[in-house]
Amino acid sequence: MDGKSYCEYVSKTAPRTSELKTLLAAFAIGGLICMIGEGFSDLYAFLLPEAEESVRGSLTSATMIFFGALFTGFGIYDKIGGVAGAGSIVPITGFANSIASPAMEFRREGIIFGLMAKMFVIAGPVIVTGIVSSVIVGVIYRIIAIV
Amino acid sequence: MKKGRHTFIPSEDIFILSTCAIAGPNEGRGRFGSYYDAVLEDPDWDCKTHEKTEIKMHKFAIEKAIEKSKKAREEVDCLIGGDLLNQLVASTFAAREFEIPCLGVYSACASFGEALAIASFLIGGQNMKNVLCCTGSHYGAVERQFRYPLELGTQPAPSSQYTVTAAGAALLSTEGEGQPRLTGCTIGKIVDYRICDANNMGAAMAPAAADTIVTHLQDTGRRENYYDYIFTGDLGKYGTETLYHLCKERGLDLSSCLNDCGALIYSEKQKDMQGGSGAGCLAAVFCSYIYKEMKEGNIKRVLLVPTGALLSKGSSLQGESIPGIAHAVSVEA
Repeated sequence: MDGKSYCEYVSKTAPRTSELKTLLAAFAIGGLICMIGEGFSDLYAFLLPEAEESVRGSLTSATMIFFGALFTGFGIYDKIGGVAGAGSIVPITGFANSIASPAMEFRREGIIFGLMAKMFVIAGPVIVTGIVSSVIVGVIYRIIAIV
Repeated sequence: MKKGRHTFIPSEDIFILSTCAIAGPNEGRGRFGSYYDAVLEDPDWDCKTHEKTEIKMHKFAIEKAIEKSKKAREEVDCLIGGDLLNQLVASTFAAREFEIPCLGVYSACASFGEALAIASFLIGGQNMKNVLCCTGSHYGAVERQFRYPLELGTQPAPSSQYTVTAAGAALLSTEGEGQPRLTGCTIGKIVDYRICDANNMGAAMAPAAADTIVTHLQDTGRRENYYDYIFTGDLGKYGTETLYHLCKERGLDLSSCLNDCGALIYSEKQKDMQGGSGAGCLAAVFCSYIYKEMKEGNIKRVLLVPTGALLSKGSSLQGESIPGIAHAVSVEA
């Protein structure tokens, strides 16, 4: 068997992710996380009836980020992630996990060169994509406004 | 003495005088839990970093293997160590306190095979009398170097394997009548079938294992049933099936003797995807289960074939494929 036919053999026979099972788990747990977020949003609407919606939204995001980081610290979020996959990566709690987990892991190399330098190794690409795409959208928006 | 293309048979007996294996909590709950010399209750073992834990495990295995052999430290002519970390920090840092001449080896998860082969040359060439081989790996230390932070919520691929937290040490000597003997080794060559998926290392390493096993049998003129068992190191369940398939294509039926330490190291109940891997995988299984079973006469002849995937985080990102290597070492009681 040469390399090419071996690669074909492997791509045919290698164990694959069971899509239905993982999709359902991602949907259920991801949905649950979003439901909890909605719950906080309603709670803030009840507690702070005068606050603007954007303020309530920010409060909800901050709360979810806090819990994402807290559960990462307790060593629970990676276990949720093992079952939920994208279901726990996509919500904002997953973003918190992607920053808190390298911060914890690389704390051992010191505060500056470990924690601070490596905190964004995973979230970095997301932030860069966010900034670059918002600049592009902003420029397009401006051009359309002039025209 | 060289035999065939890549195989060396020692002209005088080389005995495996003593062994020691230490394993992490997950491995302790696995199939060979009762065979290890020590099982850690806490994967960190009171250390601040995973690397420090691994160093401590290496030190424990080295110390205990020397103690069990009843040799003095000064009698050990050389320590051959290997691990998966950059610059071999676990095995070389562990050797700091022993004041024994030290060699570091790297064949990824096949390092134990490389260490045993070099030890057999040093002893067989009558250059040394007692050589200690020790290799190990630590899940946490390997994850942060090759993959992601431990607390990151990722989902493991079904084809992936779990790096074992374990270390094994074996003391080889010219003396030790009645102990299991190292009776030959085949140095593997790098085999790359262009597998690029770092989550399927079993498939990347299986061609190297097939090549080494076939070469070993051809060189020695032995049939596969000469061995009670052929133990590969780190192929996992899928990799073992692939190896079986590759050997069958070459007219070699290994169904009666092929076993993989990685596929066996965890119990059925443990969710380990394809099984374990790591420089400590075959080392710990050989230094506990296989060695003890050989001493009790339940296993007579084994061929150890630890397998290594020679990738780094950078090489994968640069689009390189994963070359494999496997060394074969035959041990007979």
